[in-house]
Amino acid sequence: MTEASTQPVLEISHLSVALPSSGDRRHAVIDLSLTIQPGEIVCVVGESGSGKSVTAQAIMGLLPKGQLVAERGTIALQGEDVLKASPDRLREWRGTRMAMIFQEPMTALNPVLTVGDQIAEMLAIHTDLTAAEQRARVLEMMQAVHLPDVERMIDCYPHQLSGGQRQRIMIAQALILDPALLIADEPTTALDVTTQAQILKLIKEMQERRGTGVLFITHDFGVVADIADRVVVMQHGNLVESGTRDEVLLAPKRPYTQMLIASVPSLVPPHREPVSGPVALQTINLGKTYQGTGGFLDKERVVKAADQVNLILRRGETLGVVGESGSGKSTVARCIARLIDPSEGQILLDGLDIAHLPEKTLRPHRRHVQVIFQDPFRSLNPRRTVGQSIIEGPMNFGLSENEALSRARDLMGLVGLSPDALSRFPHQFSGGQRQRISIARALAMQPHVLIADEAVSALDVSVQAQVLALLDDVRKRFDLALLFITHDLRVAAQICDRIMVMQKGKVVEEGATRTLFANPQHTYTKALFDAAPGHDFTKR
Amino acid sequence: MWLFILRRVASTVPVMLIVAVVIFAMLRLTPGDPAVVIAGDQATAEQIARIRASLGLDLPIHEQFVTWIVHILQGDLGTSIFTNMPVSTLIGQRLEPTMMLTLTTVIFSVSVAVPLGVWAAWRAGTWTDRLIMMFSVLGFSFPVFVLGYLLIYQFGLTLKWLPTQGYKSPFTDPLGFASTIVMPTITLGMIYIALVTRITRASVLEVLGEDYIRTARAKGQVERKVLFRHALKNAAVPIATIIGIGIALLIGGAVVTETVFNIPGLGRLVVDAILRRDYPIIQGLILVFSFTYIIINMLIDIAYTMLDPRIRY
Amino acid sequence: MSLTASPSPVADRPSRGRALMDLFRHNPLMMLSAVILLVLVLAALFAPYLGTVDPRKIGVLRRMAPPSAQAWFGGDQLGRDLWTRALYGARVSLMVGSVVAVMSISIGLLIGMVSGYLRAFDAVIMRIMDGLMSIPGILLAIGLVSVSGASFLTVTVAIMIPEIPRVVRLVRSIVLTVREEPYVEAAIAVGTPVPLILWRHILPNCVPPLIVQATYVAASAMLTEALLSFLGAGTPPEIPSWGNMMAEGRIVFPIAPWIVLIPGCTLAVAILAVNVLGDGLRDRLDPKIAKRM
Repeated sequence: MTEASTQPVLEISHLSVALPSSGDRRHAVIDLSLTIQPGEIVCVVGESGSGKSVTAQAIMGLLPKGQLVAERGTIALQGEDVLKASPDRLREWRGTRMAMIFQEPMTALNPVLTVGDQIAEMLAIHTDLTAAEQRARVLEMMQAVHLPDVERMIDCYPHQLSGGQRQRIMIAQALILDPALLIADEPTTALDVTTQAQILKLIKEMQERRGTGVLFITHDFGVVADIADRVVVMQHGNLVESGTRDEVLLAPKRPYTQMLIASVPSLVPPHREPVSGPVALQTINLGKTYQGTGGFLDKERVVKAADQVNLILRRGETLGVVGESGSGKSTVARCIARLIDPSEGQILLDGLDIAHLPEKTLRPHRRHVQVIFQDPFRSLNPRRTVGQSIIEGPMNFGLSENEALSRARDLMGLVGLSPDALSRFPHQFSGGQRQRISIARALAMQPHVLIADEAVSALDVSVQAQVLALLDDVRKRFDLALLFITHDLRVAAQICDRIMVMQKGKVVEEGATRTLFANPQHTYTKALFDAAPGHDFTKR
Repeated sequence: MWLFILRRVASTVPVMLIVAVVIFAMLRLTPGDPAVVIAGDQATAEQIARIRASLGLDLPIHEQFVTWIVHILQGDLGTSIFTNMPVSTLIGQRLEPTMMLTLTTVIFSVSVAVPLGVWAAWRAGTWTDRLIMMFSVLGFSFPVFVLGYLLIYQFGLTLKWLPTQGYKSPFTDPLGFASTIVMPTITLGMIYIALVTRITRASVLEVLGEDYIRTARAKGQVERKVLFRHALKNAAVPIATIIGIGIALLIGGAVVTETVFNIPGLGRLVVDAILRRDYPIIQGLILVFSFTYIIINMLIDIAYTMLDPRIRY
Repeated sequence: MSLTASPSPVADRPSRGRALMDLFRHNPLMMLSAVILLVLVLAALFAPYLGTVDPRKIGVLRRMAPPSAQAWFGGDQLGRDLWTRALYGARVSLMVGSVVAVMSISIGLLIGMVSGYLRAFDAVIMRIMDGLMSIPGILLAIGLVSVSGASFLTVTVAIMIPEIPRVVRLVRSIVLTVREEPYVEAAIAVGTPVPLILWRHILPNCVPPLIVQATYVAASAMLTEALLSFLGAGTPPEIPSWGNMMAEGRIVFPIAPWIVLIPGCTLAVAILAVNVLGDGLRDRLDPKIAKRM
């Protein structure tokens, strides 16, 4: 152990990982060097395609066979090269010297084995402990990661646990043999913000107590600010910049890093004038109840996905609906767009109640409410050209193909794409470009109300900033009422005039963005704000 | 748990009812006079009238239906036109060979197909995999009777290793049973093996791409345990499902296999009934086979809960 | 996790013809199957001109004659020419295969779309499909033929009915997945009428898997037709079909095995070719399922 304290846990030098020859890039990782000391958390930050996850796989020796090959360089794990180790030796190290936790704790755990068995498997593989000793160690470890009621939970299956509990199980499993290196690949990305805060705290606590070196992969600068000792920024497989947390976050040297950090929306809302336009949309006691079919001998399950929701949205105004998963924010949006039928209440669109109109009578009103969806890869029909997708709506309302096409061409310019994009297929565009196309499709209908349902959540932070600017621009230009659904407080702070916080189907608090951020009233709102990662770093 | 089983058992009732309705409708709703068809070309008017009366076709349709359901509930499947014996008695007499044949086939096929499928999935993309898959396509394509005759030709007529015809009960003549059952089992099992191998490979392959397999490897688990402890256990549900669904193929195949190998089972009963235009027997057998199929699949569904903790009541 | 990809290079889509040629070049087995099927189709079409005689004509000299230069496939126990009957049998088999495939796919598509998208009578339709699927296909066909009399039409319908539920289930599952896609919801939001949504956005997703399914249905129909004929509940005995030929040769199998084996092996090769073609198409058209199967 004395030697280990002087020696770095991990020392990658000049690592290059080759991609299969068919791709547009030759390398996933190019000439990467980095070092992790014992007890140190190194964050690798980058947008998608930066090579950060490939690096993690290379360290674990888990690069997909035949697809990715570590061509050059060394990965020294406590002084021994992983790339040169025999398969048996590598297996020996996994779990004992290095361990890994993943993004999606549901799929990373085997659904048909109890969580206790899965943690104990680590001991069964690498130690000679008896079953009783294993169980004792597992219980001890589960307690260490602050799981409640461990005696009962040890025999639970993963699906019986919450997302945060599952990630705690993963951490317990990874750390039970005290590995020198923990690799965490976006471990909190799939979790709600309040859970994320707890897991980050846990990783930090465990790591400090055990002196583990941590390689933490993330795309979120807020998380970096909260957890990192040192930061490595990657782009397209290259190391762009590295340094201590404060060096990189507060005084970035390279333009790419500067751009990335500048793109992170601040948690401090700018001043906004109250909007006094005419009311475009109002809901009165809107509710959506899901009922289990209650078949023969079936327990009847009733879920109130949205309950007594009242909102007013004016022309030219942006109303943010903020909440964690299961809060009902998307349900509200989908009810208003009448993609699902509300169970009760009214939806007044320009004064007319559309909540329960049958499809035939509703159709003429549909053009006034348009939606932009979260997943840019699924919101355009892959078999139809961009042009066909955009003119579909206007042609439903009597425009000729030529008129619709000319409107589409104008809109292409407006959203920052070239008009010849119209004749191409969606797969030829990036995620950000597709969101622009979706915005154009919505605008082609000349709506009064635009609903953005997590419209920027799937985008990289630099692209996100651009799309947000575009949304704000079209809101002003067309005097739109923008209903902005998001889980991201930073985004909400920057774009919304007013904010509504939802929890478990109910609105818990509502107010002007600046007031709400400055002085949240409801305990849940406070918890939500406290949990937002990277408080100190973007109060600029 | 018990509630789940009860519910699953209850859920078979509507399906069985629909099966009964379909079989009932088959005779009554086909265009033309079924009595004339059943009686055959040389039938006299009197014969046709007798058939119509014995099938109850002269009653109003709703009365016919009520009688039909009541009779099924009483275990009365009708009376053979040709022998005048109750269909249920005839089925009872012929039950054993068919049950034995399907039993040996299921055991043989599953014990061949599952390892073969796991092996193919593990070696996915290699020649081993391709060879196993080619064999599976072959099994799908070779009609049961063609395979049966090829086997008879090779092992019965040319090599004279095995008897080509007949059936011996394992309770009276175990050795005779063993020698007569080998070729029918292989014949009938072929398509079933092909099916189960394919699905096993596919499900294991799919599971091998899951995140928890990566987790297991990241723990340093050895490949053999990754395959059997983590992968196969997760793939068990689709495999069990296809074993159940495949029973339908087996029932159809049994009819043909019994004809090829001259086994006096239910399949032969069907074929004899076709030749004699003995419709009540055909109708009764379709009902019995369908109900058996539904019950087997229900039992497999219930067995899922033992295999997969995610499926809960 | 962020989803933004770097802008993909503008890939020119190869023409459909080119794509098909590529497919065959990379899969020689599939190529072979296509050739076999083509030969069978041509043989069936031009049966009268390919050294055949009247399929019902009885030649005393040909009675149970083994294959020879005069009678390529030999003769059956009545003295009919087996080469001739095999070619005419191909007509029946291919006809049943294609008619059943086209019909059951069309009907299944219609029912599946109604049930899956409009959800009209969904529960009722699916229960009926469950019921139909619970009756082993061959038995259902036997039952249908025995109440309606054996003719080409009744046999085709009898084979078709058990195939429909499988198609309905496939279509319904695709429709249920696709209707949740955001691009379909976007189309609803811009006021596209239901028939257009089905036509533009749903149907194109059903086509590739249905083409694949059609080949499997065809193979299964050819198999069932032969089985039914073999059991005496299929194509009327006066029509030469492969199943009928085998049924007739059954009694004399120990003496003249070729009477059974020749049509049997022809049938096996034909079905094999269709199945291999189906697998190849599946790998190409339906990569998601292909990966799993």
